[in-house]
Formats: sequence, C-alpha cells, structure tokens
Amino acid sequence: MPDEAPAVRLSGITKRFPGVVANRDINLTIERGEVHALCGENGAGKSTLMKILYGMQQPDEGSIEIDGAAVSLRSPADAIGLGIGMVHQHFKLADNLTVLENVILGAEPRRRGRIDFAAARARIAEMSARYGLHVEPDALVETLGVGERQRVEILKVLFRGARVLILDEPTAVLVPQEVDELFGNLRELRAEGLTVLFISHKLDEVLSVADAISVIRRGTTVATCLDPAEVTSRRLAELMVGSELPTPELRESTVTDEVQLEIEKLTVLTPSGRPVVEDVSLRIHRGEIVGLAGVEGNGQSELIETVMGLVSADAGFVRFGGEDITDWTTRRRREAGIAYIPEDRHRHGLVLEGSLWENRMLGHQTERPNVRGPWVDKRGAKRDTTRIVQEYDVRTPGIDVPASALSGGNQQKLIVGREMSGEPKLLIAAHPTRGIDVGAQAAIWEYLRQARAAGLAVLLISADLEELIGMSDTLHVILRGRLVAEVDPARVTPEELGSAMTGATEDTA
Amino acid sequence: MTDTKDTSAQPPAWQAILRGLGPRGLLPKIGAPLLALAISLLITMGLLRLTGADPISAIQGMIDYGTTENSIVDILNRATRYYLSAVAVAIGFRMGLLNIGVDGQYRLAAMLAAALGGAVVLPAPFGQMLVIVAAMLVGGLWAAIAGILKVTRGVSEVLSTIMLNAIATGLIAYLLNDQRLAEERPGSNNVATAAIPESGRVGPLNGFLSSLGIDLPGQVYGLLPVAIVVGVVFWVVINHTRFGFDLRISGLSPSAAQASGVSAKRMVVVTMIASGAVAGLIGMPELLGASYEYSLNFPAGLGFTGITVALLGRNHPLGIAFAALLFAFLDQTSDVLQEVDVPKEIVGVMQGIVVLTVVIVYELVRRWEIRSQQRAVASELATGHDLAKEGTS
Repeated sequence: MPDEAPAVRLSGITKRFPGVVANRDINLTIERGEVHALCGENGAGKSTLMKILYGMQQPDEGSIEIDGAAVSLRSPADAIGLGIGMVHQHFKLADNLTVLENVILGAEPRRRGRIDFAAARARIAEMSARYGLHVEPDALVETLGVGERQRVEILKVLFRGARVLILDEPTAVLVPQEVDELFGNLRELRAEGLTVLFISHKLDEVLSVADAISVIRRGTTVATCLDPAEVTSRRLAELMVGSELPTPELRESTVTDEVQLEIEKLTVLTPSGRPVVEDVSLRIHRGEIVGLAGVEGNGQSELIETVMGLVSADAGFVRFGGEDITDWTTRRRREAGIAYIPEDRHRHGLVLEGSLWENRMLGHQTERPNVRGPWVDKRGAKRDTTRIVQEYDVRTPGIDVPASALSGGNQQKLIVGREMSGEPKLLIAAHPTRGIDVGAQAAIWEYLRQARAAGLAVLLISADLEELIGMSDTLHVILRGRLVAEVDPARVTPEELGSAMTGATEDTA
Repeated sequence: MTDTKDTSAQPPAWQAILRGLGPRGLLPKIGAPLLALAISLLITMGLLRLTGADPISAIQGMIDYGTTENSIVDILNRATRYYLSAVAVAIGFRMGLLNIGVDGQYRLAAMLAAALGGAVVLPAPFGQMLVIVAAMLVGGLWAAIAGILKVTRGVSEVLSTIMLNAIATGLIAYLLNDQRLAEERPGSNNVATAAIPESGRVGPLNGFLSSLGIDLPGQVYGLLPVAIVVGVVFWVVINHTRFGFDLRISGLSPSAAQASGVSAKRMVVVTMIASGAVAGLIGMPELLGASYEYSLNFPAGLGFTGITVALLGRNHPLGIAFAALLFAFLDQTSDVLQEVDVPKEIVGVMQGIVVLTVVIVYELVRRWEIRSQQRAVASELATGHDLAKEGTS
C-alpha cells in the first residue's frame, strides 16, 4: 500500500545511558493493520525502544513518525493522544476495583460532572464484542485469572482510543491455552484495522502470530520486516544471537559424588496460601552446575530466595553439606559459604549510592578482609576491591566511585568477583549474564567454569536457553512451581527446552 | 528533558533527602551548605524588607545580641537540646526509619527519670548515672513499641510514633498528679516531680570553661559534653562499625541489605531502640543541670525541632552541630526583631527557609554530581585510565 503512510516509522533512533548505548541507529517501519513482532535477546534494547515509542524516554537522536507525521513524544500522555497504547508485561490494575472501573480509570466519560457509567458500560460491551475480548465488566479484578487481566489491560488501552498497541512480552506470564486465546484476540484486532507491535523472544510464537518480524541485537536493528513465511526459527535465532557470540559450553565433567546442596520436598506458599514452589527436590554435587529452566514467574525466584533464606520454606528441607539449614538466617548461610548472584542487580546486588569498596563488603560484611571483629576494615576492603577490579576486569577509574557510575556489565563483574571471593562452596547464579556485553558474558562463563573445576556447586537460572544448555551439567525444567522434567543438556535443543518450559510437550527427557 | 528514568534505580528525591544523601566530593560537600546559606540569607533579607524593616540593621541587631555573653550561654544550652534531639532523629533517618516520636520518647523518659531521681538518693555519680540510664531505657523501650509494631504487624512507624506521642502526653498528664508521681508546688498551680537532691545534680560547666580561660555568666549545661560524646559515638558507629554499615545500607537499599544477610526486622527494632535511647538523653541536661524536676514547664516540642535540625544537618554529626547552633541562635535572637518592629514569629519563617534551601540545594548538587561522575567515569575509561588494566601491566 504505497499510498498509505505507515502507522509508525522510527528512523535513526539512538539512546545512550551512562556507560552504555541502549539503542543505536534503529530503523523500523510498522505498516497499518499488521501484527509486527520485534524480537531480540534480553538486554538487546527492545524495552528501551518501546519506552521511547511510548514517550517514557526521549531518544538522543533520530525521529519518530506516526501516520506519516513527525512527532515528539515527551510523555506517555503524548503517546496516548496519538493513539499509541502500551500493555505492560506486569499488569497495572487495581485489584479491588471492577473491570469497568479499571478500564475507565483516568479516562472517565463524564456527564454533568459525574462519571457516566452507563456510557462507559455500553462502550466496553461494544468493544468486547467487536474485538472478541470477553470480560465481565462488573467482576472484581482480583477474582480474574492472568489471561483475563491481560484482556482488561488491552481493553483499557483500546478505551483510550489506541490504534497502535504495544504488547511487551505478553506471553511471559501466560500458560499455553491463554497464549492461544491472546493470539486469537490479536488477529481480531488486526482484522479491525489496528496495528499491534508484539515484543517477544519466543520464536515459535513470533512465527505463528506475526505478519512481519524485525530483529534487534545489541541495540540495533539487524533485520527488519522479515516475512514469517520465508524465515525459519533457526535463522531468527542466528539473527538474534549473532554469529560472533561466544558459545557457552562446558568441557569435561567435574561432577563429584559429594552432595553440596540438597533440597527435599520444598514447598513455598504465597501469603494467600497458593503454592509458588511445590514439592521440589533437587541435588547439586560439588563441581556440578545444575540449570533450572522455566518461564519467568514459575517459582524459580522463590526457590532461590528460599535457598538464600530470604523467603521461608513452608514445607520441606534445605540441606547444605549435610547440615539442615532450613531455618538459618541469610547471614548464616552466606557465612557458611553460599554465594549469591541475584536476579536484579540494582535491587538486590548493589547499593548504587555506595562506593565500589562498600559494595564489595555487601553480603560479606562479617568476613575478613572487610571487617575485624565489630570494626570495618576499610583498608582491607579497599585492597581486596582493587584485586577484584583487576582480576575480573571491572572497568573503572577507581574504587571510590559509586556503583551507579559503572555500566551494567561492569557492575555485574564486580558482583561476580565479590561472590567468588572467600571460597564459596555453593553459588546461586540468577541470570549471571543478563543485559551485559558479549566480552563480559564470555568472561563470566569462564569464571563459572573455573570455579566448577575447583569444586564449586552452582545452581544456575537463566532466561537465555543457550546459556542454560551450554553451561549446565544437569538441567531441570520448572513449571508452575514444580520440577516437571529433567533433560539432558548434551542433547536437548533450545526449541525442545522452550516447549518443555511452557508445558507444551509432556515428555522431552 | 528529565533524567529521572536514567537513575530509576536511585532512591526517589524525598527519600534521598530524608536519608541525608548528599554530594560525596569534598568541594561540593563544603560548597553546597555555603551556597544554601547564602541563598537563604538573601531570601530572608528580602522577607525582612517586605515586612518593612531594614534587613541589614535587623540582621546586624540579631548578630550583636546573639554574641553577647548571656546569649552565648543560652544558645549553647538550646543547641545541646536540639543536637541530642536531632541525632536521635538522624539515627532513624539513616536507615530510612522516620521516628516522629522522639518528642514523646524524651518527655516520657524525662518525666519517669525525674520521678526516679527524686525518689532515690544515691551518692554521686551513681544518682546521676541512674537517672540517665533510666531515661535512655524508657526512651528506648517507648520507641521499641513502634519498631515491634512495624516488624510484627507492618504498622508504619510514622503512624505509630505519632500516636505514641499522643499516648505519652496522656500518660504524662496522668502520672504528673499529686496522687501519683508528682506534688503540687505551693503558691502556683504548677505540679512537678520531687526535686532531685543536691547529690544527684550535675553542676554547670562554667568552672571548667573558666579554667580554660573562657568566662561565661549564667549556667552552661554540665551535660553539654554528653552531646559531644553522643555525636562522636554516632559518627564512629555509622562509619566504622559493622552495625553502622548494616544500618547505612539498610537505609540506602533495604532489598540489597536483606540479600546481603542483614535481618531487616532486627535492624528496625535495634535502630528504633537506639534512636529512642538517645531521645531519652534530650531532657537530661535540663533536668540534671537546671530544673531538677519534671514540671508542666519542662521544655516541650524538642522532638519536632530535632526533625528539622536533622534535615538541615543532613544527618551528619558535624552538620547537625552547625544546624543546632544556627537554630539556637535564631531562636535566641528572635526577640531583637521586635525592637525593629518585625514580629518575632518571622524567625520561624527564616528557619523554614533555611531548611528548604538546604534540602533543595543539596538534592540538586547531588544529582549534578551523580551525572558528572558517570560522565567522568566514562571519559576516564575512554582516555585509558583504567584500574583494571593498571594492575596487570
């Protein structure tokens, strides 16, 4: 349709953050009435790009055109005004309000100064029917399932007049049937002439729902508007990963028969009594890396937090080197030799306002060389920080700068260096290479291999399936809080693992 | 364009302000308060102008009066109370706990300690020590209630401490009665606890000061050194001990602190107790050095002044000392303003202006510094100054 201007055109978008370039010269054209998929690895810059399109961040360079007109988006309100709506990965709904109230919240139709519920109800009913988004307007949101909540989010965006919908990893929280329903909804939206921008790193989903596919890697678009009929998931994976990436792999096995960590029939409940980790049993030997594959939100965070003592177990045991540590405090576990690379380095791994040497003490503030008795040993801590900076190649001009001044990769290297200090016996590594550059990724894999050879037991969690498969001696699949399969990392492919994670196949072992 | 998204993992501004975060470098550390004071002086002078006074002569008058020997003694005494109160508040602030209940904690502590001191006669220095320890215990225990409520029931410490202030007021009114812990003073309608005997009092500091060649009239609180000791201990604990490290990181990032093995619950309770124990000291210089009894005239409201002074002093022991002296100076010299036909209440406005300017200037300087540091790190790395490489070459 050459006469029709594209719904969205991004040209030369560049966005820099201190120390990193999140987006570099991105060019993307999205035609009206298509489902356009944007794929890329975690940390490739998809989210930043979407935040730019939704007005949450402003690009340093480049231009945005909506329906052929150049626009400048200074806030989400601007974007909504131009008909761009965003469905966030984590829902933003008020649980104690009804569907109707949630949908109109902030955009209430008014009549004589009062909220016109009748008009709102009529419009919602009309929209539900037209787009096949079935929800009960008077149901309380807290009673809805995940898939229904997502439909409410979509309705909310449509209610505000969106013609372009951005869906950020919409399937990450859904079970397979819900994914099918969502895709059905997306097709209806497209049939009604709406444009959908679908962000995902799950290739099979992308291929099944998209009309056009663009791939983003290390902050830039490496392929745009691919036709799903002409591209294979293998080719997409190559584009996403890039051929120059180092491959994660283990050499000869170093697994011993000495059990370092034993989890037995572990169950963790939410405050409302729903199990998030259910009856999980797991053993990790010295010199072994055990990988845990699962879609985000299937209990892996709670599992590692229970091993760290941040969440308490509701049933079952955790044994460390034969000792029952189920009731130990986090500090006692750390002192006993459990190291922890947390999922979210900004929230759990670092104190951003603190200097590098203060961050080196974090989690090790009862151990030498950081302290002597009750006193902080600044000199010892600083000396050891310098050692970590040099051994782990943390790029910084000094150790007195705050952690916030470092780039993400260098922050992560500091964390890895810190957690490898003091000869840990067990390492809990959650997404150890998430969002960091290729060089740092290869380096971190090498540290893991070395520590494994020296007898370290590792529990590895990662959303990067290549990393999981390549770096694990044993690989378990976690689904809805249960370990549902053990797969052989030497034989399994990322595709097979991916479908095991969603529960699509019963048996992959 | 704002940069707030870039620093999304940073604490929001109001938290940074309450926790006393500020610039780290030496130059901005000294420059920021000077700049803030200069700005607030300008605003104040404009304000005085507006009220019809000549700003120069009004401020000159305040300074002249404030530097008389009598005023200096009063300022030192006031500053001692403000200082202890602000340190009590700052202990909580440093870990992100807003102890609004310092007021109730010190009044209840002073009242019960005064009753104990009036009832028990011990030879010096045991009587004094008994009263001081009792006051710290009462303050700590009263504050602990809020801490325990927070960790067991999830009650915000702001709410519970405000309510505990009200309860403390009621409790004091109940106990300060001739049927119970107090006696009526003949010839007035004042009620007070029994006076603390001679042997249990702390004499003025004037004798010691004159041996140093400083002769002051009136009575400088004998317990003024306690405030200095508290400040030094606060500084040492915060900066040089494991406990202080845990407390600071709990304030900067509760989630990171917990992941590092700090027990958040224990920290909350311990910090509240420490804050309350220091709050218990607030009334001691007055009780043991001047009034010797807790009466209806005992200084009230110091806990709230402490919050402002702690904010102004950026929760830093030295900063708080300057802030306490400044506030004491302003309070002391407010009377002079009436002579130039300016209502003395304008001093309250001045204090507010000082705090606001300091808070705003510090936050701006802090943000500027974070950004410039990030740029500096990037540019130093670009020019090859890299610690990681220096060691290996």
